[in-house]
Formats: sequence, C-alpha cells, structure tokens
Amino acid sequence: MYILNKLPNDGNDGILSLERIRRLPGYPDESSFEKGPVVVIECDEDIPCNPCEDICPSGAITVGEPITNLPRVDIRKCNGCCLCITICPGLCMFVVYKNFSDTESLIYIPWELSLLPEKGTVAEGCNRRGEQVCRVRVEKVIKAKKLQKTSIIAVSVPKKYFEIVRSISY
Amino acid sequence: MRITGHPILDDLPERKKVNITVNGKMIEAFEGEPIAAAMFAADIKVHRTTPKYHEPRGVFCNHGRCTDCVMKVNGRPHVRTCVTKVQDGMVVESIEGIGQWEKGE
Amino acid sequence: MNNQLVIIGAGPAGLSAAIEAARYGVKVLVIDENDKPGGQLFLQTHKFFGSRHHMAGVRGFQIGENILKQTENYNVEFLLNTVVWGIYPDRRVAFAEEGKKKGFVFGENILIATGALEKAFNFKGWTKPGVMGAGAAQYMMHVNRVLPGKKVLMVGSGNVGLIVSYQLVQAGSEVVGVIDSLPKIGGYQVHAGKIRRLGVPIITSHSIVEAFGFPCVESAVIARVDDRGKIVPGSEMEVVCDLICLAVGLRPFNELCWATDLEMRYSKEFGGFVPIHNEELETTHEGVYLAGDVSGTEEASTAMEEGRLVGVVVAEKMKLIEKRRAGELKKEVYERLRSLRSGTFGEKRAREKEDIFRDFASRGTQCIF
Repeated sequence: MYILNKLPNDGNDGILSLERIRRLPGYPDESSFEKGPVVVIECDEDIPCNPCEDICPSGAITVGEPITNLPRVDIRKCNGCCLCITICPGLCMFVVYKNFSDTESLIYIPWELSLLPEKGTVAEGCNRRGEQVCRVRVEKVIKAKKLQKTSIIAVSVPKKYFEIVRSISY
Repeated sequence: MRITGHPILDDLPERKKVNITVNGKMIEAFEGEPIAAAMFAADIKVHRTTPKYHEPRGVFCNHGRCTDCVMKVNGRPHVRTCVTKVQDGMVVESIEGIGQWEKGE
Repeated sequence: MNNQLVIIGAGPAGLSAAIEAARYGVKVLVIDENDKPGGQLFLQTHKFFGSRHHMAGVRGFQIGENILKQTENYNVEFLLNTVVWGIYPDRRVAFAEEGKKKGFVFGENILIATGALEKAFNFKGWTKPGVMGAGAAQYMMHVNRVLPGKKVLMVGSGNVGLIVSYQLVQAGSEVVGVIDSLPKIGGYQVHAGKIRRLGVPIITSHSIVEAFGFPCVESAVIARVDDRGKIVPGSEMEVVCDLICLAVGLRPFNELCWATDLEMRYSKEFGGFVPIHNEELETTHEGVYLAGDVSGTEEASTAMEEGRLVGVVVAEKMKLIEKRRAGELKKEVYERLRSLRSGTFGEKRAREKEDIFRDFASRGTQCIF
C-alpha cells in the first residue's frame, strides 16, 4: 500500500448532476440563457432560508411561504446584478452570461478565499468536482467590502463550458 | 504557523509581544493568547507524555475540557495550557507522567 | 446577591434571554466560564441561513457582536471567567471565579444555557498530537489565529465537518478529504458542493482505522465500511496528513443538569441526554429553565429563539409584562421556531421536541425547587 497525497476525488457525493440542476426552479431554461446575464441558483434542498428573495432589488427571486421552498427565478426581471451571489449562505448562486462574446461565456462566481486574483489573470476553470477542465481568464473582480465580504470574480470560459465551470484554480 | 490576512476575519489589533520559554526554548508569544496557541504557532505540538506507556499528548479539545494539554507552568503542574494565557517570563515545561507539586502547595 | 434571572452560559441562547428579559425590566445576571461572552458565535465565519429576522446572510461572529451590543443597552450584569458548579435547592447557584471569589448567588429563576460539547470517537492512534475536534480546529483558526494543520483529514460530513473543512481551506490549509462512515453525506448539499468545487474529496461509507506518525500525526489509514459498520478488508487507503479533525457529532453540555437532579431522557436526535421540559422550556424543577443546545443540539438560530422565549416567560412570571402581550410574544417565537424546524432537516427535530413536551406533560407535577 502506498501513501496517497490526497484521497480519490472521483465520487459523486455532494455534487448535483447537470440533469438535476437543469430541473431546479432556480435554473433558467435554455432560451433564457441567450438573452443576457442571468442568475443560476443551484439550490436543491428544503432548508428554511430566503435572503436571496429579500436582497434582489428587482424582485426576480421568489421563495414565498414556507421559506423551505426552493427559490424560483423570473428571468425577465433578472438583470444579473449579482447581489444575490454575495448573500447566499450556501454560496450556490452564479450569474451566467452565455453570449459574452461569439466564442466565450462569462461566469460570475462568489469568492471567499485569501488569494483574490487580479483582472487579466489566466487560470484553470474547474467543474463542480474541482477538476480543471479549461483555461479561463479573469475579466472582472468585484472586491467585497460591504457585500458581506463575499467577493465576485467574473471569468470568461469557452462557451461550451458555460454550464460546467463553477470555480477556478490558479 | 500564524494566520495573517484571513479573507473573512478582520486583522487582530496589534498585540504586545511577550517572552515565554517552553522546555528551555524561548518562543514568540502575544499578550492575551493561550500558551497552547503560542506553542502550536511555534510548531511545538507535544505537551507531555503519559505515565504508563510514555505516549505523547497535546491539544485535543482546545477549550479546557479534556486536560490532554496540561503542562507545568511556573512550577505548578497540570495547568491547562489551552485556556491559560501567556505572561512575560512564563516558564512552561513538559510533564513526564504525573506532575509533582512543590512542598507546601 | 438577589437576581430575578440567573443565566448560566453567555452563548446565543443565554444572551438572547438576557436581552429579552432585561428589556422588560427583569434583573439579569449572566455567568460564563470564558473571558468573553458569545459562546460559539465568534467561531463562525460563515453566513447563517433562515429569514431576515434570523439575520440570514450575516456571518456568525457579526451576529455575536450585534447581540453583545444589545446587552450593553439593557444593563445586563456579567460574571465572566466564572464556573457554575452546582445549583442547590432554594435556587442557590454555586460559582467559582478563576483564582478569585467563590460563593453563591440566588436566582429567583435560573436558566441553564450551557450549549453543546463535541463528541469524540476512538481509533488506534487517536491520542497522538495532531488529532483534535473540529471545534478545536475552529477555535485555533478564528480565535487564536494559528493554522491547526497543513494537510487535514476531516472525519465526519455533517454540517460541522463540511463547514470547518471550508474554513480550513480559507485559512490556508489543504483538506485531503472528508470521510463519513454512513453511506450519505450528513450535512447540507450546498456546504458539500462548495468544498467539492474547490477540489476537496468527500468519501462516504469510509471510516478511519488508524493514525500513524511519531510523535505527531503524519498519516491516516481509512477503509470502507459495510452497512453493519464493519471494515471491508482490502479496502484500506493511507493518506498523508498532519491533522485529523473529528466532526462526529455534538451532545448537550448537560453535566450541570445531572448535578441539579433534573429529570433527563436520552434523545438520539439531539445527541445525548436532555432534561425533560415543556413548551415554555421549564424543566421538572420549577423555576429552572433551558435554552439552546443544552435542551437539544440544534442551531444558533433556534438557540436565540429559545433564549427569547425564556426571557418573555420569566418577565411574565415576574409580572413585568401583562398576560395578553406575553401571549402574543410567545406565539411569535413559536411561529419562528416552527419555521426553523421545517423541511427535511428540521422536521425530525420538531417531532423530537413534541415528544419531549408530551413526556413532560405525562409526568404530572413539577417539583418545587
């Protein structure tokens, strides 16, 4: 038996499959992605929680009563302002701008680690299992001060990864 | 290793440095912190050894309940280092087995 | 010293009770063994769930600071660095202040809000330096500002294990993996998801077999367990680590309850023995109340609500709020508790509480303490 540096990472525990995510009420349908930056809520459990509904300035997110309901998004009202990303205690919200350019999508992800990358940094985009899948570039960094200390970084990814990349490593 | 620049917590206010010795070695310590924290930061994790099997023991619960971290402090044995704050000039020593109290204590 | 309400424990439950009672004019004394009030709140860097009323989206330590500020507004008296080691008949609370005075305090009403303790479980090598509770690691990071380990194996995938793993990564450690002996993750999927996308493996149906290294931990051997909890031979894996964190559950910190001779019952859902109590959180000893994890390990939000409830109940008893108003306030708390105890995770706790209240009711009379 040889010693591992890290435990094997191939299991599915704690990860939602893309099929499941696409069926969530907080996930936009295919056509909604074409219109502009939209919020994507990968929230799947009936935890009593509703700060996303509270903070959305355009009323695009509804949890209602009881507050164990999964959040639903009215895509017509969402303008991709990213406030919800900063308040979600589960850090499970992202803003996706599928048609950022002809070849790239822009993904806004919450970031609470020490090393806040700078604009222009080239990094590795990671899927929900933390596996590196493509090169990404940091296009925007919104450093938190008042935003509950959750910063936001916007990374451009090859378009085919717009539903895949949810973190970066660099 | 000390944590500097945490992404969420504000930096601690400036703390006064004090000198303590652990088994004869002087280590860096800050006023107001527990002995165990200063030792851990200095990478000293063995606090004592057990009486029967001489096994090394150190911090376990870190809030004064399990007594695994006890050492002799300024001559007094069985002091819980995780809840006892450092003081300038403090002498901290490992206990091999069961500690001995000074006569008259 | 004569106090209308003596509160033992200055965590979220104790402080919430102090504020609520003092708001209506109750003379409150809070005793805590630590040098600073706040309990576990100051260890929590993550954002809380719940509704706006529960300060959802606010980080635990910020909630702690808010509550502490409120106690200043209401002139709550504190006795810190003081251990309560007994509660005697005729409501004398025995205390000992670190290195200083010892004595008794009389409390017309007493609230035990001592919180919860981490459980441990033993395996070969668990006594080595480098094995500590998850809460111990949290304290080391957030209060002592010292890194508890560079490569960490987390044992237990409940919310504590998942959250502390995330906090370890934030502090600069590498988490080599989270294991759980059960076939399913114990905590919220969102907590698991956010560490998985940082590359932290989570492996269920695995338990720790042995910790190696001398004098401190240098590696750990884990293995698959079957549905009876038995190790599957040949499935062992050894991984490098210098810290093994145990996040295997919390139990009510009930030693004082036993010593006071309260009637207790074992609650698997709540992590251990809890004193039997009614909906108003009064125990089988008249005038002795509970709030927070000691009445059943739940969350900080339920602890704060239970604290508020006891504050109102005591203020009503002292005739400082009139009955109708007290009824309204209590109803609001019950509503909020119902909301917090809903959903897949909360329902079980709600049912367990109901069972405890039924148990209390069937006991008949309380004893005059």
